[in-house]
Amino acid sequence: MTSPAVRATVSMSLGVAGAVSLYGISFGALAVASGLDFWQTQVLSLFMFSGGSQFAVIGLAATGAPGLSIITAAGLLGVRNGLYAVRMSSVVGPGFWKRLLAGHWTIDESTAVAIAQTESRAQRIGFWLTGAAIFVGWNAMTAAGAILGDALGDPRTWGLDAAAAAAFLGLLWPRIQSRQPAAVAAVAAVITVLTVPTAPAGLPVLIAAGAGVVMALLAERRHA
Amino acid sequence: MTLWTTILIASAVVLGTKLLGYLVPASVAAHPRIQRISDVLTVALLASLVVTQTAAIGSAIVVDARLAALAVGAVLLRIRAPFIVVVLAAAAAAAALRAMGWAA
Repeated sequence: MTSPAVRATVSMSLGVAGAVSLYGISFGALAVASGLDFWQTQVLSLFMFSGGSQFAVIGLAATGAPGLSIITAAGLLGVRNGLYAVRMSSVVGPGFWKRLLAGHWTIDESTAVAIAQTESRAQRIGFWLTGAAIFVGWNAMTAAGAILGDALGDPRTWGLDAAAAAAFLGLLWPRIQSRQPAAVAAVAAVITVLTVPTAPAGLPVLIAAGAGVVMALLAERRHA
Repeated sequence: MTLWTTILIASAVVLGTKLLGYLVPASVAAHPRIQRISDVLTVALLASLVVTQTAAIGSAIVVDARLAALAVGAVLLRIRAPFIVVVLAAAAAAAALRAMGWAA
């Protein structure tokens, strides 16, 4: 039996997956433009499988940041996935292999679609269908983008560097719709502008992240 | 560290964080402060990456076609355009400005 709630979930999952997958093309193309080869690009989509962290890797690699800064930035951006996993734990249920696969597919979109459902069956379907569809689509489109990117030549001619900036803004946008996060974003942006000319490559992003956390903790103390 | 090493370690860290979430007791990670720090961390990192991608070339701050392209992206996000449209429009804007020689 397919309830209307489940049908709505399926359509939401596939809609989200379609949009995200298309965007995988720009990841693939930008990755090769940043100096990664085809397999380095594909390994990120296959194993890291988290858009924000993947873009951080290629963005920082392009600036010549050292490996440790790249790993730290990608890791910190991935912290939220760990919290999504806690939230999804009861949706996924018991079973070692099932939880292992669920862990790999725990990302912004699969969690968001699952949380948006009210019935527990629809939550389960939303999580797994969104995760699976994005995993397949994102990887296929990454490969397409990496091949296409190689054929494009200088990425600047096509505005691919600007596309990366817009991609980060697109990831940021839904998170700064209230005042406090918007203020954190503004401070992080200013700190980055100030530290880019002075701090070694890769460090400005981490300094900005640290400042953001300090800001949040201070704000919390003031409200406590 | 070679690029391959960086990519493999970073992938292991990100994947490991996801898996860890299924081991941690829900009471720990659901703590409001942990939740808030995670949100803030994500916002600060993304905001900083917007700036480096838009205005940095190596260790110099540079205003070029990327800034105009970012503005186009922001307008489209404002009117709730789909993600892919935002990314493509920003690329097209930068490419057009460069093709016409109006910006570097």
